[in-house]
Formats: sequence, C-alpha cells, structure tokens
Amino acid sequence: MTDTATRELPLQEIDEVIIRFAGDSGDGMQLTGDQFTSISAALGNDLSTLPEFPAEIRAPQGTLAGVSAFQVRISDFEITTPGDAPTVLVAMNPAALKAQLHNLAQGGALIVNTDAFNERNLEKAGYASNPLDDGTLDDFRTYPVPMSQITRDAVAEHGVKPRDAERSKNFFALGLISWMYTRPVEPTLEFINTKFRGRTQVIDANTSAFKAGYNFGETAEIFEAHYEVKPAPLAPGEYTNVNGNTALAWGCIVAGQLARLPVFLGSYPITPASDILHEMSLKKNFGVRTFQAEDEIAAAASAVGAAFGGALAFTSTSGPGLALKGETLSLAVSLELPLVVLDIQRGGPSTGLPTKPEQADLMMAMYGRHSESPLPVVAPRSPADCFDIAIEACRIALKYRTPVIVLSDGYLANSSEPWLLPEVSSLPDIGVEFATEFNGTNEDGDGIFLPYLRDPETLARPWAIPGTPELMHRVGGIEKEDGTGNISYEPENHQLMIDLRQAKVEGVDVPDVEVAGDVDADLAVLGWGSTWGAIDAAAGRLREAGFAVAHVHLRHLHPLPANLGDVLQRYRAVVCPEMNKGQLCDIVRAKYLIDVEHIGKIDGVPFTTGEVTDAVRSRLEALSTV
Amino acid sequence: MTDTSFTPTTQPGDWASDQEVRWCPGCGDYSILTALRMLMPSLGTEPRNTVFVSGIGCAARFPYYMNTYGVHGIHGRAPAIATGLAMARPDLDVWVIGGDGDMLSIGGNHLIHALRRNVKIKLLLFNNQIYGLTKGQFSPTSEIGKVTKSSPMGSLDAPFNPLAVALGAEASFVARTHDMDRQHMMDTFRRAHAHDGAAFVEVFQNCNVFNDGAFEGVTKKQNRDANLIPLSDGEPIRFGADGEFGVIDEAGCARVVHTADVSSDELLVHDESKHDPSTAFMLARLARGPFEPTPIGVFRAVRRSEYAMATTRQLAAAQQQQGSADIAQMLRSRGTWFV
Repeated sequence: MTDTATRELPLQEIDEVIIRFAGDSGDGMQLTGDQFTSISAALGNDLSTLPEFPAEIRAPQGTLAGVSAFQVRISDFEITTPGDAPTVLVAMNPAALKAQLHNLAQGGALIVNTDAFNERNLEKAGYASNPLDDGTLDDFRTYPVPMSQITRDAVAEHGVKPRDAERSKNFFALGLISWMYTRPVEPTLEFINTKFRGRTQVIDANTSAFKAGYNFGETAEIFEAHYEVKPAPLAPGEYTNVNGNTALAWGCIVAGQLARLPVFLGSYPITPASDILHEMSLKKNFGVRTFQAEDEIAAAASAVGAAFGGALAFTSTSGPGLALKGETLSLAVSLELPLVVLDIQRGGPSTGLPTKPEQADLMMAMYGRHSESPLPVVAPRSPADCFDIAIEACRIALKYRTPVIVLSDGYLANSSEPWLLPEVSSLPDIGVEFATEFNGTNEDGDGIFLPYLRDPETLARPWAIPGTPELMHRVGGIEKEDGTGNISYEPENHQLMIDLRQAKVEGVDVPDVEVAGDVDADLAVLGWGSTWGAIDAAAGRLREAGFAVAHVHLRHLHPLPANLGDVLQRYRAVVCPEMNKGQLCDIVRAKYLIDVEHIGKIDGVPFTTGEVTDAVRSRLEALSTV
Repeated sequence: MTDTSFTPTTQPGDWASDQEVRWCPGCGDYSILTALRMLMPSLGTEPRNTVFVSGIGCAARFPYYMNTYGVHGIHGRAPAIATGLAMARPDLDVWVIGGDGDMLSIGGNHLIHALRRNVKIKLLLFNNQIYGLTKGQFSPTSEIGKVTKSSPMGSLDAPFNPLAVALGAEASFVARTHDMDRQHMMDTFRRAHAHDGAAFVEVFQNCNVFNDGAFEGVTKKQNRDANLIPLSDGEPIRFGADGEFGVIDEAGCARVVHTADVSSDELLVHDESKHDPSTAFMLARLARGPFEPTPIGVFRAVRRSEYAMATTRQLAAAQQQQGSADIAQMLRSRGTWFV
C-alpha cells in the first residue's frame, strides 16, 4: 500500500471493536461510518451500526448542536446491538469531543483532529481551556493527529482550492482507522471512484487523503499496535447490510409482489420516516405509486381511497402524524379495507425529539382512535426484521381486510445489520381474491352483493373493487347494517357490528410466542420492538455470569399471541424494559393480571446492554434472596 | 359534445340505488340528484366504472343514492380519498360530492391541493351557505352578519367565494350552476365529466330548512333574466331579457353596464380557455353575493397535465429505464457479500 518505509508493528487479534466517528454535520461522518461498515461486512465480521444526527439540518458549524456521529461495532462473534460504549472515538473538532467524550469507555482510544482545537472552536464548544492539555483526557489513550494539515498537504498536488482541501479529512480519518483495524484499501478506493464519478478532482483529493491517513498510521510512531477482527461465524449465504427503514420499504414493495397487487403509498414527510417515502419513490419500476400528500390526514385518506380501488395501500409516518391520522384509521376500521400504517416512533410529546427513538406510541396504536376501533399492531425487533414484519402486516391486512399498524422506531429505522438475504421463492404468498360474484339473493331470488357478508372463519368481508360488473356497492363510516352494508341506526345492529369488528381482530392468526434462553428460569424478560437486541445481549451476559434468564419477545402486540398468558404465568417474575412509562406492562397486567415490572428509559437513547443487564441482575438478585 | 351516433346502454333508473332518499322534502339536493341520474346514461360510462366519494354533511349522503361504487368518508377528506382512488385507478370516473362546510372549511386544504395537482376527479360543491346536518350554524360561505345559532349577533367571518378559491388554486376547470335549472346542471356536469383533469363545479343549492331562499335573488324564475349572466365561450358577455346588460373589463375589474351605453366591442368576450385565470377570477368576483348579477356556466376550462396519468407515465418510464420488478435484484442493490 505504502511507498514509505514501514515499521514492524505488532498485529493484535481482538474479538470486537466499537468505533464512533464524530464531527460537524458537514464533516461527512455518516459517509465515513457507512464505508467502514461496508468494508467490515465484506470481511465477514458481524456488525451493527447506530447513526446519530442532529435535528437541525445545518446547525452552526463547530457547535454542540451540529455534532453528527456514527457508531459501528464489528466483531468475530454474533451481536445484536451496536454496543454500549465506543472503545474508539474519532473526534474531528472540540464540539464533537465535548458531545461524545462521555460515551467513550474508560481507557478507550481517542483520536482527535488537533488542528480543529483552536481558540474559536474551543469557545464554540464551550471549553474554557484546551482539553487536549488540561487533563480532561487523562483517562483515555489519546492520539493527537493534525488531520486538517496533513489532509491539506496531501491534496495540494491536485490543485484543490484551500477552502475545499480540508473537506477530504473524513477520508483521512477513514484511512487511519482502516489501517488500525487492518481493513483492505481497495474497496474504499473503488467506492471513492464510484461515489464521485465524473468529479476527477474530488476523486483525486479523497483518494490522496485516504492514503495519507492509512500511511500516517503506519509511519507516525504514535500507535503501539494495530488490530485484527476475524470474521464472525455467521450462517452461510449472501448478505447485505440493511437499515430498518430500507428493509421496511423493501418489505412493502415485495408484499405487493407477493400479493400480486399494485402498491400505493400516501405519505407526508416526517422524521424519522421520510426515508421510507424516498426509497419507495425510487421503485416506480415495481409499479409502486407514491403520493406526497398535502398533510398527514390526506396521506392516510389517499391510502384508503387506493385500497378501495384494489391497491395494497400504505401510509408512513411518525407519532405526530399517527395522531393526525386517527380519524382516517377509524374510517378504515369501519370500511374494513386493508391498509398498512408504518409508524416510525420518535420522542414526544408534540415535536419532542424528532431524531431520537421512543416506544411510546403503543397505546396510541392500540387505542388512539375514537370509540371501539380495534386494529392489529405488530412491531419489528431488528433492522432486518423490518422486512419480514412488513410482509406479515400486509398478510394480516389483506386476509382480514383491516388496517394494521407497524410500530418501528428511530433506532431501528437508521441502524443497520447484516441481513442474510431470503430466497425469493421462500417468501409467503399473501394474495387474496377479489369478490367477483353475487354472494346473496333478495326476496325475489335475484342475485345481490352483500358487502358486509363475512367469511365465517376470518370474519373478513368481501373486497369487491370498482370496475367489477354488478357488484356496485357503497361503503361508509356511518354504522352499517350487517350483511348489506346499508346505513343502520338499529341498536342491536350496532352492538353486533362492534362485536364483529372486535372479534375479527381478536381472531387474527398470530403465531405462539417462543421463549428464548432459559425456559425454566425464575425470571422472564418481556420485550417488544427494538429492545430485542439489548435484551438478547443482556440475557447472554447474565447467563455467562451464572444466572438463568428467559426472554419473551413480542412481534405481535394486538392481538397478543394466544399462549402469552400461560407462558408468562410460569415465571416468578416478569420484567419489561420499554422506552416508555410502562405501556406494554399495563396491557399485559390488564389482560393477564400478571405483575409485570416496568424497566423504563425515555431519554432518546436506546437501552444499552449494560442498562438492561444491571436492571435485570438486581431483580434476579432480589429473587434469589427471597 | 352531442354525439348522435351514441346509444346509451343504461337508463336513468339504472343509476338509482335501492336506498330511500332521506334529504328533507324540498331540499335542492333532490334536483341535483335527478340531474345527475338523468345525465349519466349519456356520458358513455357504466355504473360499475363510476365511483362517488363524499365526506360528511347533507350533500355527502349522495353516494348512497347512486347505484355505483361509493365511499362515504369522513368530514372534509373526500378529495384526498378520491385522489388516492383516482391515482390507483385512472380507469375510473371519480366524482366527489360535498357541501360548503365539508369542502371549504374542514376540507379546504384537500380541495385546493386536489385542484392544483389536477387529478382527474369531478368535484361538485353543493353550496347552501349554511351547516345543515348540524342544524344551522353559519358556514364558510355564509354572508357577514348572518344570524344563526352559533352567531346570535351575526357572523363576523368574511365568506369564501368558492370560485375565487378554486381559481386561486389554478383549477383547470371551474364552473357554476344552480339547482333550479336541471338542463343547465346537466350541461355543466357533462362539461366537467369531459374535462381531463380536476373539475370544480359550484352548485347553488337551496337549504329550505335552515337557509331558505338564499339564492332566490338570482335563481328564481322572475329574477334570472336580470341577475343570471350565462357565460358562453367566445361570445360577448350579455344578459337581460333582451340582452340589454353586458359586462366590461374596467381596469381589471368586471363591471355590469347597459349595452346601450358602450360600443359592442367594449363588451368582455368570454374565453374559458385563457390560460391566465385573472379574467375568470374577475368574473367570479363580479357579484358580492347571490342578490345581484351573477355569472353561471363554465368560467375556465384549460388543458393541463392530468396527475394520475402523469404518475402512470412515470411508472412506465421507470420500467423502461430500470427494467421491470425484480425482487432479488432490489435486495442486492446495496451490495452483498458471501459468508
């Protein structure tokens, strides 16, 4: 790789590393992290990533508000989380250091761009003195690197304007980290060529900066070693690295193919769900129609209209949008049309924390509509699971002609993991038949169409789409007569329809829940959604420490798996970590009268493995002393 | 528009559902319903390819009375429901029926966006200047000073002029008709149906229970000559029993004149296909309310790209450029590796 003299540095094998790249939002930290992830994936490491970006698009340069970070964990064993604390922090300026240092594990490696630590930047970050030499960093292995200057020098030969020269410094950092963790250079050089195709000067500058970073590691005599992380024993097959929003979008698109229905998405841009709209808008060649509506309500309403027309209809949003869609969803409940709602939960109430995750829309998904307006709710447990949950939501929506809410969150949306690609032929057929014929007779014996005559097994009503001869019918939000669907204000009929809608949703076929870990343990950890990774890892740690722990994770939240009550009754204690004030706890307590204990955290940061481990361990210890 | 070779395959009765019509006796909605049922057989379409979509309000019950497909939605959202339907199914005839509260108050946002996008839906706004189903509150088209249950000392709200709103959204088809003239309604709805894009029709509709006679000043037989100005494309705008009145453009404002007082080439010549909506807007604002000379007919009918078909064209272009659906390829589009 290098043409300078190389030093013989020891190569240490380590089982994992957690690196966090942090810089100004204009510094290209997401790109750097993404590329490091790609190289590591290709090397066969297991990995998990967690980007963290500011809510402001262009916060003032150098300020804490403008810090953007990307955490990637790579390992030679299977992992389910991006890791609690980074063991390596790359800080491109004082603000990044200030915002991120508290995350760094004690004794962790800190690589800082010393050139950015000038008086102005220190002041913007709120440092009274320079942390590089006032003892702030004593607990860490600090590697000061004049990244800006070396980058400027490296790219000078390409005639880059001085003010643009420094923009390549993220590639310097990537080069340095690539050297530290013995990543091959070719994939990144190829990436630079592809990414910046047609912009020769940019390609040359980034290439030089990247090489300069790599060579710096090798020659600068400030690093005592470099490291190797061997491939993880993953199941054999073809993998891609996928984040939750992409997997969800792909799942929706694929569901359309599996159901042989055209896909329609009505959406209004909202963080952190907009990427679903973006991704699906790119897939017009799949016949996907995306509609950027004038507001959240119109987004949902357009999806209802498309569903009436025979499309597989979606609307994507986050909490504030789900609140606005409530009335329209109750219409969909009443019309009994298939519709899938993708709620990428974020911190609230109100605008709350748009870029941070929360799991506090569960009650809204369950009950956030007027009157008795039941609908199924499902939740993915990992980024890749978003693909499967989208198909599962569509299966339920189509089979039972009902709106279904998918509860993902900002953590799953943006973090990524390796995904063993499924065989397309192994995906389920979720197609349903449209009604094309009369299903009843009138008093004269003539054939008629009864839009609310239900399938006796599923209680689903027939789905006859406009254009079908003879089956013209009207559906509406006013209470309908059972069978005919005509307006009815009869007391007995309303009771019947309320009961039927409830029974239909309660009767959705949901697989039994399975217990992971120690089935015979005294304690079960109950979870749903994105806490799966942290709970799974915590259970592993506790098992290593000699505790027995069961893990019950829900993907179906309404209806709940039929065996859930029986399963949970078996345990002396059930604890439930949730990023809310105990919403699943309340549901399970109310339904099964089981004293589930809430482990809460609503600070906009996903549970760490350590947090879950500590909380569960203290409960386990309490149990053992009883 | 009349195609003499066309033989209707349906009768007006084929378009009537078996549901009992439950508007108040004497409601203007009855005559609109009759006009539409009578018109439908001549449009060359079938009940099975027709969908009526509505929101909430008296007018919104309309779909139940047509033997077509229908969605009775929620308050204000009918244009949005219809937009999704028309996008998913450009093959259908989609009509939206709503009142002034439904379309201009709670659903005002959806109305203007449907119009600006020019999605092929036919919006009929039954304007009776009152909330009927909630029993008589002032509406967004009620006049200032209107005394109602919710405005006992008179409404303070300046009303919307529905046509001005539609023209402000640059709707490609804007027309007005009234419930006392079946033929005019049928002619206007026929034009709306033929329009390739969003078509907006305001129908003056009498609510005989809560706002009786609101439009009498212009729609009553003996008032029509003096107060209805029929617009006819390409013709100078004249009205009155003997054409004794006309409309001129006076420095950007429409003004009624005695034709005797002006030379005939001073009269405004109606041009519904004029792309700039300013003249149509001026005409829409000619009357301050339905008590003085008021234009009816087609104000504006211009060609603009239709939204649903434009969407379909993008899908076709994407398939040509990217190839048709290939799941395996999509799942590999971000790079893969083998373990």
